[in-house]
Parts: sequence; structure tokens; C-alpha cells
Amino acid sequence: MRSPLATIKNKLLFIACWLAWALLFAWLLHNWGYNWQASLVDMLASNALLAITSLFLINSLRYYRPGKGKYLYVLTVCAGITALWNSVIYFGVRPFVEYDVEYYQFMVKSMWVRYFIALLVTGCITLMSELWYAMEEQKETEIRRAEAEKLARDAELYNLRRQLQPHFLFNSLNSISALVHSRPEEARKMIQQLSDFLRGTLKKEENQWTSLSEELDHVQLYLDIEKVRFGYRLHTEIVADDAAGNCRIPHMLLQPVVENAIKFGLYDTTEPVTIRLTTKLEDNHLSISVQNPFDPRTTSPRRGTGFGLSSVQRRLYLLFSQSDLLETTTVNNQFITTIKIPQL
Amino acid sequence: MIRTIIIDDEPLAREIIKEYLQSYSNITVVEECNDGFEGVKAIMQHHPDLIFLDIQMPKINGFEMLELVEQPPAVIFTTAFDEFAIKAFENNAVDYLLKPFSQERFDKAIRKWLDTRDAGNEKSTQALLEQAGESPVQSQRIVVKTGSKIRIIPANDILYLEAADDYVKIHTSEGAFLKNKTMSYFEKTLDPQQFVRTHRSYIVNIQLIHRIDPYEKENYLAVLTTGAQVPVSKSGYTRLKTVLGI
Repeated sequence: MRSPLATIKNKLLFIACWLAWALLFAWLLHNWGYNWQASLVDMLASNALLAITSLFLINSLRYYRPGKGKYLYVLTVCAGITALWNSVIYFGVRPFVEYDVEYYQFMVKSMWVRYFIALLVTGCITLMSELWYAMEEQKETEIRRAEAEKLARDAELYNLRRQLQPHFLFNSLNSISALVHSRPEEARKMIQQLSDFLRGTLKKEENQWTSLSEELDHVQLYLDIEKVRFGYRLHTEIVADDAAGNCRIPHMLLQPVVENAIKFGLYDTTEPVTIRLTTKLEDNHLSISVQNPFDPRTTSPRRGTGFGLSSVQRRLYLLFSQSDLLETTTVNNQFITTIKIPQL
Repeated sequence: MIRTIIIDDEPLAREIIKEYLQSYSNITVVEECNDGFEGVKAIMQHHPDLIFLDIQMPKINGFEMLELVEQPPAVIFTTAFDEFAIKAFENNAVDYLLKPFSQERFDKAIRKWLDTRDAGNEKSTQALLEQAGESPVQSQRIVVKTGSKIRIIPANDILYLEAADDYVKIHTSEGAFLKNKTMSYFEKTLDPQQFVRTHRSYIVNIQLIHRIDPYEKENYLAVLTTGAQVPVSKSGYTRLKTVLGI
């Protein structure tokens, strides 16, 4: 944690304030008719000692923070330390002004007043540094939290990509391997699509956000590759709301949802499968739903949000602090995943 | 003439196997199948010498399909990426091809099979299936065949399992099904937090236990919510208590 006196500017300010404070009192006492010399010696020495006491308080608070609401404890410490300061002045500074009888008498008489003014000063300094440290601490927590969230996001993105890659990649390569012999033109096209798709998954952190139309292009690439793999079994329909094209959406958010739909759809039935994706812009919300068929006899949707979707939900939560942005429903053996993305 | 069947849900994956087979005049593809159901039917109908089998397929995977065939033919597995499957293959005589594979690798698999075909591969296929059962998919469901129908029983629908000679009888609310496996196989593959072997001949789904009654000395009877009664031995009772935390 940074001390409030860590910067040179603050150090100078601290010294200047104390000096001004000492000179102000010396001038005040001179005005009351006391000797310049004695008052100057007294005030400079007393305030220098008080400044050192303050420094001690500021630094010790940095390491020993009082718990919440321990005001009595803080007051006791301040009272003790101030008393110590007072006795040092009484025994250490007083002998230097003893030659001036008038001033000496004033000094003895004002000891209690000095004590309470000094207590007020140390009290204020303690309070202010406590406030400073509390703010510093909060700032640090904030930074840590932001870092943790970023880490979580990165980890999730990494997971997302890891889940996606191997099976899809090797099967796609296998398809290309088959096409090279019989239909080289199509093989070349698929290599192109696969490259574009992989490039899209790799550009990540820099573009946390992207436009819906870009995200849809990416999903379309993925679907086109899957269609080559699965042939007649896979049909896709994308119904996009033209007005929503420029809406913002977290990069690669749709990918796991569509992947989930394909996995669910293609591996849970043996018939041809239609995956339907619809986008809509409604009251500052971009709403995207992905629909796939499933077999209620062998798949229990009560198993929750299922593979891949929990990470989507988590990501939405991290971005918007809302946990109701992903919903899943089943209608007539169709599994529907709906995502809502608030638009600013 | 060697007769073979290709089972894979991706048309292009089947195409490449056919292409690689062109150089073998003595091997003929008698049928191509899209999924495990078609696969079982085709194997029963044609009794091929060799099959090329994909692992990840719709509904039932390649291993589950093989379990449904009484006398499985020789198998060369093809898979893109499947940690569990690959683990099962290591140290096993059955060959597997990792997609995408080359003609050379393919030829090697065929040669290996031709060399060992007379030695009898059935044992290694059986051993492979035992090991493959440890994959997460197979701990969540059991695939059975009744007549020509194939049923997928989700683990949650199982009431209890009962040993029956060489088979295991799987009791569900819709009746009992036989599966050619051992009790210890199921004890190993099913989720141990949900399925407990209460008796030498019984494994019970503890989520469905309604109450446990004493029965004769040191023996108990678990009464399920459906009213079915399952014997619990002394050691089974100890195991049950551990899992239930009592």
C-alpha cells in the first residue's frame, strides 16, 4: 500500500504546512506581546516534534490498521502519544525559554491548551490517514477484481476454443482429405472456409466486442463446414433482423451455442436435422435464439443448461452482472436457447 | 472375397475408406451405414468379415453398437479425437485409425488384420469393450436390444440390476432387459454415488430407495419407491451406509 507521503510533492506539502503552522503561532504570540525569540524557539521546536509524532502515526497506521468502529482505541492511542509529546516539550523545550520569565509563565499556563490542540491535530491526522489507506485498499481490491475477471474471461475463452477444436478440426481435415481425390475444387473451398473460421477464433482479446453481422458471418462459416461434413443430414436457417446487424455482441458468444445445437441435434437423432437461428432487436435488447431438435426419450433437458452453455451464461454474467440473459426452453421436441444482449 | 461394412455418420469419411479400398480387389464393401442402428442391422444381415467403425455417432456410439452384436466381426476403428477411446486402444490388438489417415496407415491396418485374422480377435475386442465402458457416456446410459429393437436406458431410469447367469437383468419401470455383461462391469462403470452393489447379485439405484427393512439375521431388504424389494447383504449394507452417509 502506498503511504500518503510517498510522493515528493506530498512530502514538501507536509513540511510546508507544518512550517507555516509554526510561524503562524509564533507571529500570533508575538502579537500578544511576547518576545519574538522565545516564541519562535518554542513554536518551531514544539511543532517539529508534533510533525514527527504525526509521521509516526501515519506510518504505523500503514501496517497496523485498527478494526472497523474502534474509535475509542484510536482516541486512546492519540491521547497517549500526545501526552508523550507534551512531556517532551515540558522537560526538553522549556529549559530553552526559561531565561524569559514572562514567556516561561505563559508556557506553563498554556500546557493544557497545547495538549488539546495537539490532540485535535493528531486525531485529525489519524482519521485522514485511515481514510487514505481505506481508499488505497479499495483501489487495490478493485484492480484485483478486474484482473480476476479478466483471467476468468481468458480462461473461458481458452476453454471455449479447446472444446471446439479437436473433434471438429480433425473431422474437417478428414473430409478435405476425401474431397482432394474426388472433388479438388470443393476441397480447396473447404480449406479456405476452415482457414477463415480458425482465423476468426484466434483473434480474441483485442476485440472483446463485435457486430452481430460479423458474428453471424463467423457462425455461417462454421455451419458451411459442418454441412460439408454431414451432407444431407444438416440443414440450417438463419433469419436475421436487418435492423439488428450493427448491434454489439461479445466476440465468439454464439459459437458454443450453435455448436451445442449441432451436437444435440445431430447426435441425438438419426434423421435430417434443421438448426434455426433467429435474431431480433427488441427494446434495447438483441435477442438471438437457436433451435435444434432432440429426442425426449433419451435426452433429459432437466440436466440443466448443458455442455458449453454454462460458460456462455457465465460470460454474460461477467459482462452484464445479470444471470437471466440465457434461457432454454423445449417446445415440441425442439430445444431452444435464447440469448439476450443489452444494447447501450 | 472379403466382405466389409463401413459405419460412419459422415459421408465423406466413408468415401475416403472406399477410395483407399480400391486397390484391394479381394475386399468388397457390402453396405454403408449412417449410424449404429443401421450398423447392427447390416451386420446381422451380411455377417461381414471386417467392419470399419466410427466411434462418435448419433444415438449410440461405436462401442455401444458392438455390444449389441452377438458375434462381432473384426473391427478397425476410425476416430477423430476421443481421449477415452484412445486410452482404451492403447495396449490392445484391435487397430484404430486416427482421422485423417493416409493410404499407407490404412494399408498397415489391413495387413495387420490379414496377418492375425486366423488367430481370433474376439478376445481383444471384448477386452476393448470392457475398457471403453469407462468413458463418461457409458456411465450415463445402457444400450440394450430386445428382438430387433434397440433401447437406450438412461441411468436414472434404472431401478436395479440383477445377476442372471451370463447376463445382467436391468429392471426399469417399463420392464426388465437383459444385457450380456457382468455385474462387476456395471459396478465399475455406473456412477458409484448413485448405484451401490448391495448384494452379490444386486446393484440398486439408491435415489429410488424408499426404506430399508431388516430381514432375517444381519440381512436387509431395500424397498424401492416402486414397491420392488432388493436384497441387501451384510457387506452390502455397510457399502450402502457409506454412500448414504449414515
